[in-house]
Amino acid sequence: MAAVAPVRRPKRRSIPVGRILLLGFFLVFVLWPLYWMFNTSIKPSDDYLTVPPVWFPTAPTLVHYEAALFAYRGLDGLINSLIISLSATVLSALFGTLMAYSLARYNTGGQHLSFWVLSQRFLPPIGIVLPVFLIYRGVGLYDTHIGLIVAYTVFTLPVSVWMMFAYFRGMPKSMEEAALVDGCTRWEAFWRVAVPLAAPGIVAAAVFAFIACWTEFFFALILTSRTAFTLPTVFRAFIGFQGAQYGEAAALAIVSLVPSIALGVLAQRHLVRGLTLGAVRG
Amino acid sequence: MAEVRITGLHKRYGAFHAVRGIDLDIRDGEFTVLVGPSGCGKSTLLRTIAGLEESSEGTIEIGGEVVNDFRPRDRDVAMVFQDYALYPHMNVAKNIGFGLKARKMPKSEVETRVAEAARMLGITPLLGRFPRQLSGGQRQRVAIGRAIVRSPRIFLFDEPLSNLDAQLRDEMRGEIKRLHQDIATTMIYVTHDQIEAMTLADRIVLMRDGMIEQQGAPLELFERPASTFVAGFLGSPRMSFLPGTLKLDGSAAAIRLSEALLPVAPGRSLNGAIDGQAVLLGLRPEHLTRAHAATPAQGTFRYDATIDLLQPTGSRSYATFRLAGAPVMAELQAHDVSRPGERLPIDINMNRASIFDAKTERAI
Repeated sequence: MAAVAPVRRPKRRSIPVGRILLLGFFLVFVLWPLYWMFNTSIKPSDDYLTVPPVWFPTAPTLVHYEAALFAYRGLDGLINSLIISLSATVLSALFGTLMAYSLARYNTGGQHLSFWVLSQRFLPPIGIVLPVFLIYRGVGLYDTHIGLIVAYTVFTLPVSVWMMFAYFRGMPKSMEEAALVDGCTRWEAFWRVAVPLAAPGIVAAAVFAFIACWTEFFFALILTSRTAFTLPTVFRAFIGFQGAQYGEAAALAIVSLVPSIALGVLAQRHLVRGLTLGAVRG
Repeated sequence: MAEVRITGLHKRYGAFHAVRGIDLDIRDGEFTVLVGPSGCGKSTLLRTIAGLEESSEGTIEIGGEVVNDFRPRDRDVAMVFQDYALYPHMNVAKNIGFGLKARKMPKSEVETRVAEAARMLGITPLLGRFPRQLSGGQRQRVAIGRAIVRSPRIFLFDEPLSNLDAQLRDEMRGEIKRLHQDIATTMIYVTHDQIEAMTLADRIVLMRDGMIEQQGAPLELFERPASTFVAGFLGSPRMSFLPGTLKLDGSAAAIRLSEALLPVAPGRSLNGAIDGQAVLLGLRPEHLTRAHAATPAQGTFRYDATIDLLQPTGSRSYATFRLAGAPVMAELQAHDVSRPGERLPIDINMNRASIFDAKTERAI
C-alpha cells in the first residue's frame, strides 16, 4: 500500500525496536534466576536436574518450604534476622543522623573525624572477626541478639553517617537559624526543622543499612551458633554430605526476599530522593 | 521595642578578623541600615546581634540588658533572611505561627495572630500553601509575616530583597518602609545596595573592612561624606574624583586642576589644609548643570566641556566629559544635550563639591 500512496503523511513515531529488545534482554537477565529459584522451590526433588529441565512443575509442592522453615529452623533464622536487622537499622539511622548532623553543623573533630568514620569501612572484616569473637565470648555476647545488633550497628554506621553528612551539608543552615531566632532551642531546631527535611536521606541510609544487615553472612557465621543465628547462616545446612538440598535452598531464598522487596516498595519514593542527596532543592 | 547598644565589638574567625571594634548606639524605633561592600562585616555584625554568632570581644545590649550570653530565642529579636529560610515542610500558616508555637502560646491565640499578620501583609489567601508553591515576593512576605507575628523588640533584616527582581524589589522596599512606619519597632537592616540604604534608613551605618567608616542620616552621608569611600559608595552614578592641588591665598581658596583654577566656596572650612596640598575634588553628577545664565552664579565654576559619552535615560542624560584629563559625569536635562562631541558650557556647583586629602582620602 505504501507504493501507491505518494501522499505525504505526518511521520508517525516508529516503534523503538532496539529499545524494546534491550529492555527485554535485561528483564530476562534479571528475572530468569528469580523464576528458576521459585520454580525449583516448588519442584519435587526428582525434577531438580532432569534433562530437559522441567519448566513448569506438574505437581507443585510446598514440602521444601516446610523443611526449610521448620526442620532446618529457617523460621527461627528469619525471626532472628528480622529482630537483629531492624534493631541495627534503627540504631544505625538514629546514631548516624546525630553524628552526621554534628559533623556537618559543628565541624566536630575537625576535618579528620569524618574521614576516620568512613575509614572504618576500609578494614577487611576478616581482620577483626577473631578479636571480636574472643571479646564477645569473654563478655557473654557470643550467640546473642544484642551481640549481633551491636556489631551490625557499628558496621553500618560509617555509611549511614556519610550519607547523612552529605545530606546535612547540602541543606541551607538558614532554616535552622530561623528556627533558633523564632524561639527553638538547638535541639528543637534539629528535631523540628532539620530532621523532617532530612527524612529522605534518613530513609535512604536506613534502607542501605537494612540491606547490609539482612544479607550479612560472615559475622553471623562466626559470632552465633544455635540461638541468635540469622537467615543467611541457615543456608549452610543445605550443602551436606548427602548432596545439596536445592529445593530447600530455593524456598528459603524466596522467603528471604520478601522483607527486602516489601521494604524496597515502601521506601522507593524516598530512596530516589535520598540518593540524589541535596542536589534537588524545592 | 528597645534600643541597642554595641560596645567594642570584635568577631574573629580564626585568623580572619571580620568585625574590628564596632561601637554603635541605635535608638528605640530607629531604622538603621548597615551598608557596605560584600565582606565588610555587616552580615556578621547582624548575626552577632541575633545571637547566631558569638562575639569575640565587646558587649551587645538590647533594651539596657547585656545579651552576649543569651541564646537567640531569649533575645526577643526576629530576623528575615536573604533566602527567606521558610520551613519547606510546613504551610504558610504553620510557618508564620512556628515561633509562637515554639514559645508555647495557646493554639487559639496563635491562630488569631497569624490571621492578623497575614491580613497586614495581604497573604491571607496563601495560608494553606507550601513555600514551594509561592513566588519570590510571596515568600518574602511570608518571611516578614513570620517576623512581625511575634511582635519582637527588634527586627533584623539580612539582605531581604537581594533575591528579588528589580521591580519587586522596589515594591517590597516600599512595603518594608511602610511596615516600619506602622509598627515603629527598632529595625536593623543589612544591604549592599546604596539605594535601599538611602531610601529606608533613618540612619546609615556605612561599613568597610569590619569597621564603621561613617554613620549618620542618609543625606548627611550623601552631602558630607567623610571619605572618598563613602562618597563613592553612595550615589548612582558615582561621584567623580579629580586630582588637583589646593591653593590658599589669604581667605580665598581654590583648587588647581592642571590649567583650571576652581574657587572653593567662600566660608567653607578647610581645617588643617595647607597650601599646595594634593587633594581630590569630588563632584556628583547632579552638581553639574548646563549653563543658561550669561554669568555663572556665586560659587559656581563655568567650564566649556566637550561631551565624550552620552547615556540618555529618558528624563535625564548622563554626559561624560574630561576636565583636566579626568573623566567627569554630569547629570543634564535630556533636552540640554543632543549628541557626543557637542561643546557645552557646564556650571560646576562648588558649594556642594567635596574635597578630600589625596593621600588619606579623608574629607577636608
